[in-house]
Amino acid sequence: MNNILEIKNLSKHFDDFTAVKNVDFSVEEGGFFSILGSSGCGKTTLLRIIAGFQQESEGDVIIRGQSMKGIPPEKRPVNIVFQNLALFPMMNVRDNVAFGLKMQKLKKADMNFKINEMLDRVGLNGYEKKKVTDLSGGQRQRVAIARSLVMNPSILLLDEPLGALDRKLREHMKIELKLLQKEIGTTFVYITHDQSEALVMSDKVAVMHNGLFEQIDTPRNLYKNPKTSFVAGFVGDTNRFELQSTEASSMTTQGGWTLQQPDINRSAQELYIRPEALIINPENNLKDVDQFEVTIKTILFDGSNTKLSTMVNGSSEELLISLPQNAQFDGIEEGHKLNVGIHHNDLKCF
Amino acid sequence: MMNNKNNFNITFYLLIVPVLIWLIFMIVIPHAELLISSFLVEDDIGDMVFSFGNYIEFFTQKIYWLTFVKTAAYSIGVTVLAFIISFPIAFYLTKVTTKKNAAFLMLLLLIPLWVGELVTVYGWMVLLGDHGVINHFLIWTGIINEPINMLYTNFSMVVGLLYMSMLFMVIPVMSTLQSMDDSLIEAACDLGASKWDIFTKIIIPYSMPGITSGAIIVFMLVIGDYLAPNLLGGKNSLWFTEQIYNDFLQTFNWNEGAAFGFLLLMLSSGIIWLALKLSGQKLDKVGS
Repeated sequence: MNNILEIKNLSKHFDDFTAVKNVDFSVEEGGFFSILGSSGCGKTTLLRIIAGFQQESEGDVIIRGQSMKGIPPEKRPVNIVFQNLALFPMMNVRDNVAFGLKMQKLKKADMNFKINEMLDRVGLNGYEKKKVTDLSGGQRQRVAIARSLVMNPSILLLDEPLGALDRKLREHMKIELKLLQKEIGTTFVYITHDQSEALVMSDKVAVMHNGLFEQIDTPRNLYKNPKTSFVAGFVGDTNRFELQSTEASSMTTQGGWTLQQPDINRSAQELYIRPEALIINPENNLKDVDQFEVTIKTILFDGSNTKLSTMVNGSSEELLISLPQNAQFDGIEEGHKLNVGIHHNDLKCF
Repeated sequence: MMNNKNNFNITFYLLIVPVLIWLIFMIVIPHAELLISSFLVEDDIGDMVFSFGNYIEFFTQKIYWLTFVKTAAYSIGVTVLAFIISFPIAFYLTKVTTKKNAAFLMLLLLIPLWVGELVTVYGWMVLLGDHGVINHFLIWTGIINEPINMLYTNFSMVVGLLYMSMLFMVIPVMSTLQSMDDSLIEAACDLGASKWDIFTKIIIPYSMPGITSGAIIVFMLVIGDYLAPNLLGGKNSLWFTEQIYNDFLQTFNWNEGAAFGFLLLMLSSGIIWLALKLSGQKLDKVGS
């Protein structure tokens, strides 16, 4: 696979702080690459540098092997879908999509063909003459994506385009966007603060924090094998414990909970356990599984995301445990004692 | 329930009555009176009789016609000039400079309004006169030997009209530009638009409602203005309001003055209607 986008040691300094610190990564052609980070982590700045709206302080942006130094945004082979979409309110759907092609002074017939094909693809056929201000949120979204994609960019940059949608529609658009990307094969660079968006859609996710990339990995690896404590805490739900002491094959948290672990990192300060990694009522002979008892404080019912808030018996640590909504666990009530197991590989120490 | 409804009715009428009084006594009745009196002429024995004479007078006397057409043409011209000058100012104040600077500059722009039109017109007379500031300076620096005749020309009149009306273009244009998201400009840029394309295809169409409402205000102010044409334009200014003024206060032919007043009202309404049609704007959109 060849890399369509390479970012070489990129930094961006503002007057009093550094937004992007020595970021270095590459994106494969046809990939869906997400940059995940909370607001203010520098991800928007990074995207705007790739698009050419801001100048890098150091480093270089290379697209298809060509340095983008000094090339203005209108000449770069990238297009951007803005956070607020930035549709032109005085134009109808068709004119919005046609805008970029008109700027290229394309022949009328070619233009019509491209516009119709794109409107077909995003399912906006029949909406050509509608004003963009009369459309629903999801339709506006599609207009914005169609307007950028019709330019046939090497890379499509998306700046949290689903942020303004309601939850149901966002879930739907996530899947739609992923399928669209697969179908047309354009490279997407997607920035978001919503980890679910990043995990569902992306081939690769970069977790950004304070201007630095903490980890670049597949969504599955990011979740299963976080490399830093920030990633472990940021991606997915997790229980976090401060460690008091570590022995050769066990560790004890501040709250006095001792866990067995054969190969321990002796300098570790923190322990992360995912709620869904915990096994409720494990069989006794499971290999490499540490078992302990908890008392249920409350049941936090949230449909498929329901959790038990528990206390680990013999310590003062609270532990959140995922509770699958199936017949096996229907009898679980507040105040019950519960046997719980955790596999050694699911204890993440940093 | 009944009681509640009655209460609502009383408040409703209390609120609507001042508006109705204003509309009827200040606008409808005077205009009706004006319209009636425009169709009356004095017959041989001094009685007022119904006639189209005042209007026929307008269409047969070439000087009235000329004044009428000139007033319309110059008003349109001043409106266009006001747009050309105001748009960069509005753009600079909303999109380029800082908020603090913009507030200060806006205050400067408002100063002419504080002192009133008469004072600003006299101010321009001081500047533009044969022995005025500009001529004096040009002669002193040796650029010219004889003073240039600027006052009492169409030039000085247009300057005066522009100066007093320009601000009414700046403000509505500023308010539409303020509501424009900068990302629209970036999006256009991203889609390959040049600076000129962004200006003509994004910024101008976006601010069209503001431009139109500004243009209507400026046009109305200019076409109905009396001071600037009279004091800065001098004897040759041939502004239609001067004809009306003459009818009312010099020749005391109030009926002809009323007829001319109505013609001016028709002219300005007609041009605005035409302009709205041509620019594809709707009055309700422009007003908001």
